[in-house]
Amino acid sequence: MATTEEGKTVFDVEAANVLSKELRDVFASGKTRSYEWRISQLKSIVKMCDEHEEDIADALRQDLSKPQLESIVYELTMVKNSCTLAIKELKHWMMPEKAKTSLTTFPSSAEIMSEPLGVVLIISAWNYPFLYVHRKVLNFIAFIVHAITTSLISLFLVLSLDPLVAAIAAGNAMVLKPSELAPASSSLLAKLLPKYLDCCSIKVVEGAVSETCALLEQKWDKIFYTGNGRVGRIVMAAAAKYLTPVVLELGGKSPVVVDSDIDIQVATRRIIVGKWGCNNGQACISPDYIITTKDCAEKLVDSLKKELEAFYGKNPLESKDLSRIVNSDHYARLTNLLDEDKVSGKIVYGGERNEANLRIAPTILLGVPQNSLIMKEEIFGPLLPILTVSKIEDSFDIINSGTKPLAAYLFTNNKKLKQQFLMSVSAGGVVINDTALHLTVHSLPFGGVGESGMGSYHGKFSFDAFTHKKAVVYRSFVGDASVRYPPYTRGKLRLMRALITGNVWTILRALLGWS
Amino acid sequence: MEGLEGTLAELRDTFRSGRTRSVAWRKSQLRGMIEFVQDNEERIFQALDQDVGKHPVEAYRDEVGVVAKSAKLSLSCVEKWMAPRKGDLPLVFFPASAQVMPEPFGVVLIMGSWNFPISLTLDPLIAAISAGNAVVLKPSELSPTCSSFLAENIPKYLDPKSIKVIEGGIDVCEQLLQQKWDKIFFTGSQRVGRIVMTAAAQHLTPVTLELGGKSPAIMDSSSNPTNMKVIAKRIVGAKWGSCSGQACIAIDYLLVEERFASDLIDLLAKTIKQFYGENPRESKSYCKIVNKNNFKRLLDLLKDPLVEASVAYGGSVDEEKMYIEPTILLNPPLDSQIMTEEIFGPLLPIITLDDIYESIDFISSRPKPLAIYAFTRDEKFKKQILSRTSSGSVTFNDTLLQFLCDSLPFGGVGQSGFGRYHGKYSFDTFSHEKAILQRGFFPELEPRYPPWNSFKLHFIKLAYAFNYIGLILLLLGLKK
Repeated sequence: MATTEEGKTVFDVEAANVLSKELRDVFASGKTRSYEWRISQLKSIVKMCDEHEEDIADALRQDLSKPQLESIVYELTMVKNSCTLAIKELKHWMMPEKAKTSLTTFPSSAEIMSEPLGVVLIISAWNYPFLYVHRKVLNFIAFIVHAITTSLISLFLVLSLDPLVAAIAAGNAMVLKPSELAPASSSLLAKLLPKYLDCCSIKVVEGAVSETCALLEQKWDKIFYTGNGRVGRIVMAAAAKYLTPVVLELGGKSPVVVDSDIDIQVATRRIIVGKWGCNNGQACISPDYIITTKDCAEKLVDSLKKELEAFYGKNPLESKDLSRIVNSDHYARLTNLLDEDKVSGKIVYGGERNEANLRIAPTILLGVPQNSLIMKEEIFGPLLPILTVSKIEDSFDIINSGTKPLAAYLFTNNKKLKQQFLMSVSAGGVVINDTALHLTVHSLPFGGVGESGMGSYHGKFSFDAFTHKKAVVYRSFVGDASVRYPPYTRGKLRLMRALITGNVWTILRALLGWS
Repeated sequence: MEGLEGTLAELRDTFRSGRTRSVAWRKSQLRGMIEFVQDNEERIFQALDQDVGKHPVEAYRDEVGVVAKSAKLSLSCVEKWMAPRKGDLPLVFFPASAQVMPEPFGVVLIMGSWNFPISLTLDPLIAAISAGNAVVLKPSELSPTCSSFLAENIPKYLDPKSIKVIEGGIDVCEQLLQQKWDKIFFTGSQRVGRIVMTAAAQHLTPVTLELGGKSPAIMDSSSNPTNMKVIAKRIVGAKWGSCSGQACIAIDYLLVEERFASDLIDLLAKTIKQFYGENPRESKSYCKIVNKNNFKRLLDLLKDPLVEASVAYGGSVDEEKMYIEPTILLNPPLDSQIMTEEIFGPLLPIITLDDIYESIDFISSRPKPLAIYAFTRDEKFKKQILSRTSSGSVTFNDTLLQFLCDSLPFGGVGQSGFGRYHGKYSFDTFSHEKAILQRGFFPELEPRYPPWNSFKLHFIKLAYAFNYIGLILLLLGLKK
C-alpha cells in the first residue's frame, strides 16, 4: 500500500495484489463453500438492512435526495427479498442435478455439480473519464466525458448488494467496489459490511478510477460490472487478460411504444412511475423515450401533464417525491441536451431547473429530430422525448435502428401488434402494459443483450451467474467395449456407428453383424 | 476487407429479414447438415487422413458421428427448445404472465480448431443454426484440406445467404475479429482465446471460449489386476487414441503413487504395443503431428536434459512423417516446460507421489483444467476430488466419455475457458433469453403512485414481502 504525501494510504496495484491473494487463501480454505457460511452471511445482510434502515435512507437522501419510499422500497426491500429467496432456496440450488446418460455410455451415471467460481469482483458503477488515458488531449473537456461515462447510481444499494447476495449464495469470496458517485452511501456500506459480514471473505474497496484500475489488474474468477458501455468495454478487455468471464449490466435507450385504444390514464401513470418515480429517470430501465402515432400524441401529452401534476404538484422542483440530479456533471449534461438548438423549442411541459439544488423538473419534448443528441445517447434523467409515426408498426424500425436496449415497453390491447413486437424487437427484457416491474420478478433473468450487456441475474439466475456447473461422469470397469480401442478396423467402424447413435436396435443389429 | 464487410452486411440483412428465425429454416438446415455428413463420409475421412492422419474409426467416432448425432438431436428438439418458458409470478402481480423467450443473437462468428476440424466447426454451427442465427464459419488454416472441403461443400447443402465459410490464416482472423459480431464461439488455445476476448470487448460481444489446459489423470491403488488392464486401455486410449494426444480433453499427465509407477509403465507399454503394434510409425490407427511448428514445439519439450533423462519409454521420432512415438516420462522436473504448458501431443509425463491424496493439492495449486480423470473406487477420495478441485468436468474410472453425453455441459472454467455447449446447452449458448412480463390495464394498485406517504410505504413493503394477510389487514384499516 503506497502512501500519499499527506501520509494517507492509497489503494494501489500492490494493495490490490495483497487483497486478492488474501481472498484466494480464504477461498482455498473452503470456508465460503459451506451452506452454513452462506446462510449466515445472507441472514446478516437482512439484519443489517433492518437495523440500519434509517441510516441507509439518510445516506441515499444525502447523495441523491432520494425520497424515503424509493430508498426503502426499491433498495432495501429488494435486497432483503433477494436474501430471503436465496435463504429459502439455497439447499435446493446447491444440490447436484442428475443428468441422463444414454446407451452410448452405458453403464454410467452423470450429474452436474454447482461449485463457486472462486474470488470475484463486483463493481457497481465507476467513473472512468478519458482524462485517465488521454490526459493531455482531453483535459479541457474531461468534465463532459466524466459526465457521459458516469452511470448507474440510481439503485445504489440494490446494485451493490444484489450481486453481493448472488456471489455469497454461490459460495465465493469477493471484493465489492461501490459507486463513488454516491459517497455517503459508499462509505456507509464500507463501514457496515465489515461489521455484519465475514470481513475476511468479503471486502469493500472504496474509491474511483485508480482504485478500480488497480483492482482490474488482478486476476479474478468472475467480474460483475454494472454501469455503462464505455467502461464495460474496459472491464471486459481487462478481464480478457486472465480469461475471466464477466457479467456486464449496462444500459441503453429503453423505448416505450404507446398504441391507440388503450386505457391512456393507466398507461400514463405507469410510464410516469417507471420514469420519474425511480430516481427521477436516472435508472438503467427507465423509459427513455416514447414512440406513438401522430393521432395519439396530443392525448398522451395531455394525460402525462395531468398525471404529473397529480403526482408532483404544480411546482415539481419543490416536490419531495422526486430525486435530484446526482451531481453537477450530470446536471450540465442534461441541460446541454435540452439546450441543443434542434430541441430547445420542442419542450411541451416542464423544462424548469434549479442549478443550485441540482434539480430539473419532469420535462416532456414532442417531435425532436432523431439525430439530436437527446435521441442519440441514453438520457438517464427526467427528460422524456416523444417521437411520432404514422403507423404504430413503424416504431419497431426506429427501435431496431438503434442498439439493443436493456428494456423495451409496449402499451397495447392489440394481440397481433404485441406478437410482432415480441418477435421483432430485441432487448434485455420486455414489459407489456407496464414499466420496470420485471426487475422484481425473481423467475425472470435480468440482463441485457448487445450494447445493453451480457449475462443476467436475479432469483436463481443470480446463483448461476457466480457458479461453475461441473459435469461429473461415473463409470465402472464393467462393460468395456473393445470397439473403442485401436487397432481400428472397418468392423469396429460399423459398431462404433451404432454405439454413437445410442439406439438399442441399431446396436443390436451391429453386434449381430446385420448392418 | 471490403469483401468481408460486404459479406457481413449481407448476413445482417438476411438476419433482419427474419429468414433464419423460422422453425422451417432451422430444420431444413439441420437436415442439410445430416445429408452433408452422410453423403460425404468417405471424402471427409480422406480429408482427415490428409490433415492429421486420422483413421476412419477415429474420424467417425470423434468427427462425423458427433456431427450426425448432434444434428439429429437438434432436429428433434429444436421446436421444444424454441418455445418460451413460463416463469412463476407471485400473486401480487396478478393478473400477469412471465415468460422467458429465447431469441437468436444475430450474426455470429465460429472459429474452429485443427485437431477436430470437422466436429469442432460443425457442432457449434449446428448450435448456432438451431438457435436461429446467421453464421460465419472460420475453419482452422492448420487443417487446410478439411478447411477447403468445408468451404467448397457447405454452400451446397446449407443456405448460402445465411451461412458463410471464410478460409484464411492469421490476417483473415484479425480482420474478422475487428468486425462487430453478436456472438463469438472460439475453440483453441488460451493465448488466442485472450486475443479473441480482447477483440470482442471492443464491441461488447459475448464469447464462448473452449480452451484447454493440462488435464490430469489420477490413479490410486484400489484396482485389482483385471481392472488395471482396463484402466491401462482407457489411459492409452485417452492419451494417444484421440489425435495422438492433440486433443483438449486428452490426458496431459498422470499422477500415481511411487510404488505403482514401474508396473504401470510396463502395463502402458504393453497396451501401446497391443494398440499400435511393434512399430507405431507404420500403424494406420495412429495420428501424425499436425505440422512442423507443433512437431518442433514437442521436440523442444524433450530437449531439456533433465526431461530427456526422464524418458522411460518411446522417444523416437520421424520428422518426414511428422511422427513422434508414444512416449512416457517418469518424473520430469515440475518446473520444466513439459509440466507447465499444455503438452497437446503424444508425450505422457507420470508424476509420482508418496500418497495419492496429495494429487488433490497438486491439481488445485495449478490452473483449472478442462477435464480431470480419476481411477479410483475410494468414495471418500472421489468426494474430495469433487469438492477440492475445480475443472470443466470430472470423469471417474474412464476417459473422454463426458464429450458424448448430451445432457452434460461441455466447457471449461478458469484458464480452460468459459461458456459451454452440447445438447440443449448448444442452443442456449447461441440464444439470448429475453424476459417478458405481460400485464393488463386492470386492476390498478393506487399505492404504486406518488405522492408518497407512509400508508403507501407500508403497502409496498408488505407487497414486496408477499405478505398478503398483512396487505388485507392494512387495506381494511386493521394494521398500523
